[in-house]
Amino acid sequence: MSTTHAVEGINETPATEQRLPPLNVVYEWLTTVDHKKIGLMYIAYALFFLVIAGGEAILMRIQLSMPNNHFVSPQVFNQLFTMHGTTMVFFVGMPILFGFGNYLVPLMIGARDMAFPRLNAFSFWISAFAGFLLYFSYVGASGLYAAGSAPDVGWFAYAPLTARVFSPGHSTDYWTLAVFLSGVGSIGTALNIVTTIICMRCKGMKMSRMPLLVWLYLVMANLVFVTVSPLTAAQIMLTLDRYLGAHFFDTQAGGSAVLWMHFFWIFGHPEVYVLVLPAFAFVNEIVPVFSRKAIFGYPAMVAASVGIGFISLSVWAHHMFTVGMGAAANTFFVFATMVISVPTGIKIFNWLATIWGGHVIFATPMMFCVAFLFQFLIAGLTGIMLSAAPFDWQLGNSYFVVAHFHYVLVGAILTALFGAFYYWYPKITGKMLSEALGKWHFWLFIIGFHLTFDFMHIPGLLGMPRRIYTYEAGRGWDTLNFIVGVGSILQAAGVLIFVFNMVRSYYKGKEAGHDPWDAWTLEWATTSPPPAYNFAVLPTVKSRRPLWDLKHPEDPDSDYE
Amino acid sequence: MLVLAITLAIFLIVAGLLLYVLIRYRHRPGDSDREPAQIYGSNQIELSWTVIPILIVVMLFLSTTRVILGTQAIPKPESAFNVTVIGHQFWWEYRYPGLGIVTANELHIPISDPAHRTPTYLTMSSADTDHSFWVPRLAGKMDLIPNRVNTMWLDPQQPGLYLGQCAQYCGTQHAKMLLRVYAQTPADFALWVSQQKRPVEQGFSGNPAAAEGQTVFMHNACINCHAITGTVATGRFGPDLTHLASRDTIASGAIKNTPENLRQWIDDPNTMKPGCLMPPMHLNEHDLDAITAYLTQLH
Repeated sequence: MSTTHAVEGINETPATEQRLPPLNVVYEWLTTVDHKKIGLMYIAYALFFLVIAGGEAILMRIQLSMPNNHFVSPQVFNQLFTMHGTTMVFFVGMPILFGFGNYLVPLMIGARDMAFPRLNAFSFWISAFAGFLLYFSYVGASGLYAAGSAPDVGWFAYAPLTARVFSPGHSTDYWTLAVFLSGVGSIGTALNIVTTIICMRCKGMKMSRMPLLVWLYLVMANLVFVTVSPLTAAQIMLTLDRYLGAHFFDTQAGGSAVLWMHFFWIFGHPEVYVLVLPAFAFVNEIVPVFSRKAIFGYPAMVAASVGIGFISLSVWAHHMFTVGMGAAANTFFVFATMVISVPTGIKIFNWLATIWGGHVIFATPMMFCVAFLFQFLIAGLTGIMLSAAPFDWQLGNSYFVVAHFHYVLVGAILTALFGAFYYWYPKITGKMLSEALGKWHFWLFIIGFHLTFDFMHIPGLLGMPRRIYTYEAGRGWDTLNFIVGVGSILQAAGVLIFVFNMVRSYYKGKEAGHDPWDAWTLEWATTSPPPAYNFAVLPTVKSRRPLWDLKHPEDPDSDYE
Repeated sequence: MLVLAITLAIFLIVAGLLLYVLIRYRHRPGDSDREPAQIYGSNQIELSWTVIPILIVVMLFLSTTRVILGTQAIPKPESAFNVTVIGHQFWWEYRYPGLGIVTANELHIPISDPAHRTPTYLTMSSADTDHSFWVPRLAGKMDLIPNRVNTMWLDPQQPGLYLGQCAQYCGTQHAKMLLRVYAQTPADFALWVSQQKRPVEQGFSGNPAAAEGQTVFMHNACINCHAITGTVATGRFGPDLTHLASRDTIASGAIKNTPENLRQWIDDPNTMKPGCLMPPMHLNEHDLDAITAYLTQLH
C-alpha cells in the first residue's frame, strides 16, 4: 500500500489524554447526543444481546442433538426459540446496524452529527428499554395462571395463539410491548438517518457522489418507515384484543388469523432487506479497498439497491403459500419473489467485477467479505427454490427454511458485520484488531457455520418441521442434528475469540493511525477516534472517492465522473 | 426438478468465477506498488447480467405457474372421496361425512387407481390455534386456520402407512402432534369402514372389569371431553373414543396403544406429553385397571 497522505486539519500527534473521574464518564455517556457515542452504545447493547440469544440457540441445539432428549422441557424450549428469534431480530440485528449507521453515515458524508441529535438519543434509549423489558418477563410475567414466564408464542406470534385463551398470564404482553417500543425507536432512528442523508451532506457531495454505504442506509431507513409502522400498529391492535375486547385477530369472536399474518409479514419480509442492505453496504466499502479498485458499476449498484427496496415491499405473502390463498395470489407472489433475484444478482456480479483485475489483499475484513459472497450466493439460490410455491408447500416451515434464512442472517449479514468490525474498529478506537486472533475467529466461525447450516438443510428435506422440542429416533434426523449441534459450539467459540480480541486490542492493539487501510472515503480523513466535531475543517469533495483524489492528484476520479 | 437444476448450474458458474478471480487477482509479493487499473463499469457487460437473469426468472416463473395451476386450479373429480379434518391442540379429528364415521389421529383413506382415480379431498379447519397438515410423501402442506376453510387433496397409489406431523407451531405440544395416514386397498378400506360403523359393545356380561370400567368412565369427567357412540359420553373437546382399541397409537401418534401405556396415560398424561390439555384423572389403582379394561374392549 502507498504511504498515507497528510490530510488538511489532522494533527497526527496523539492528543494528551485527560482522564475524567469514572462517575463523570458514566454521566457523559448517559446524557450524550453525539452520534458516535450513541452508535457505540447501540453496538455494545446489540453485542450483549447477541451473546444472550446465541446462548439460547446453543441450548436448543443441545436439546435437539439427540432424539427424545430431556435436556429442557417443552415449555422452556418454546420460550427459547421465541426469545432467540425476537432478540436476534429486534435487539441484535436492528440496533447493531443502526449503530454502524449512526457512527458512519455522518462521517462519510462529511457532517458533524446527525440531523436530530436528541431524537437520536431518545430512539436509542427507548430501544434499549424495550430489550430489557422483554427479558424482564422472565421475572415479572407469571400472572395468575403461570403459563410460563417468558413469551412462548414464536417470534412471529401467529394469532390466535396470542389470544388470552391460549396465552394466559402476561408473557405475551411483554413481547407485544417490547416489540412496540423497539418499533418506536427504529422509526425515530430511520427518520434521523433519512434527514441526515438528505440535508447534511458536505460541500460537493451530490447524491451521485455518496458512498454506496450511505445509499444503502438511505434505502434501508425508508424501508423501516414503511414496514415497521404496520407491525407497531398490529401490536396495538393485539393489545386491544387482549384487554379491551377488540376482535381483530380473535378468531373465537370472528376475527381473522390471516390478517395478523399479513400485518406481520408486510413487516417481516422487508425486514430481511432492512437487515441485509447494511450488510451489502459494508461489503460495498470493504471489497473495493481490499481489491484496490473502484467499485464496478456504481450507478447500477444504486439502482439495484433502490430496486430491491421497492420490490421487497411486494413479496411478503411468500411466507403464506400454505394458508390457502388461491392460485392467482400464489402466482403473483411467486413472480414478485423471483424478480427480486435480478437486482440481487446484479450486485453479486458487480462485486465479482470489482475484484476482477484488482490486487486482492486477504486481511481479515476481506476474508469475511469473501465468505459473505459465497454464503450469500447459496442463500440466494435456496431462496429462489423456496420462491416456487409448490416447493414451499413441501418445505415451508421445515428445517430447510430454517437453514435458508440462517444462511441469510448468519452467513451473509453476521459475516459481513464481522468484516465491518475488523474494518472500522481501528477508526473507532485508534487501535488495530489482532490479525492472528482474527484468523482464528474467522476459521472457527466459518467451519462452525457450515457444519450447522449446511447440514440443517437435510432434515428439512427429510420432513423435519421447525419448532419441535424433540423427535422420535429412526427418521434419519439424529446424526444430522448432532452435527448441527457441534457446529453451533464452534461458532460460539469463534464469537468468544472475537469478543476477547476486541477487549485485548483496545488495550494492547497496534496504533492504527487515521487511515490504516489506505481507503478512500471521508471517515478516514479524520483522526482515529474522530473528535466530537468529526472534522476540523469540513471537507469539500469532487468525486465518489475524495481520498483517492487526494492521494492521486495525477489521476483523480473526478476526471471520469 | 427444473428449479434445482437451474440453481445448481448458477451456483457452479458463479462460485467458480468467484474462486477464479480471488486466486487469479490475489495480491502477490512481486506486485508493484502501483494501484491496479481503475475500471468504473461497463454498460454492455452490466446489461448482459441483467437481461440473462431476467430470462431465467421468466422461465422459472412459467414452469412454477404450471405446477400451481395443476394443483390448485383443477376441477374436483366426481369420484373424489371426502374427509373433514379439524385441528385441535394437540391432536387431529377426522370426520367422514358420507359414512358417518368420526375418528382421531389415524387417517384411513383408500388408494387411488390411476385408471379410476379416487383422490381424497380434505376439507380443513381448526378448533383453536393454527395447525398445518403435512405428510411429506403424500403431498405438500396446508394450514388449518380457525374461522377459515381450506382444502387440499391426496392421491396415494401405493398402500402403506405414511407419517407426518403438524407443521405450524400451535402451542406447547406442537412437537407431538403427529400424523399417521393409512392408505389402504379398496377391500381393506371397506373392512375398516364396516368395523368403524359397528356399534360398540354395551354391558360386557362376560367381562366384569370392563363393565365396571364403563361405569367409572360414565361417572367421571371423562364424558365432558370424550364421546363414545351409543353412550352418555358426548364430549367433543378430546378425541372420539368409540373405536379406540382399533388404533395403533394414542396421544396423537406419540405413544403405542398398549394397555400399560393407556393406563399410564389416564393416570397422568403430563408425564408422557407434558403440556397436553388432558388433566390427570386422580383415579385409584382399582378404577385405573377397570377403565383400562373397558377402553381396550372398544374395538
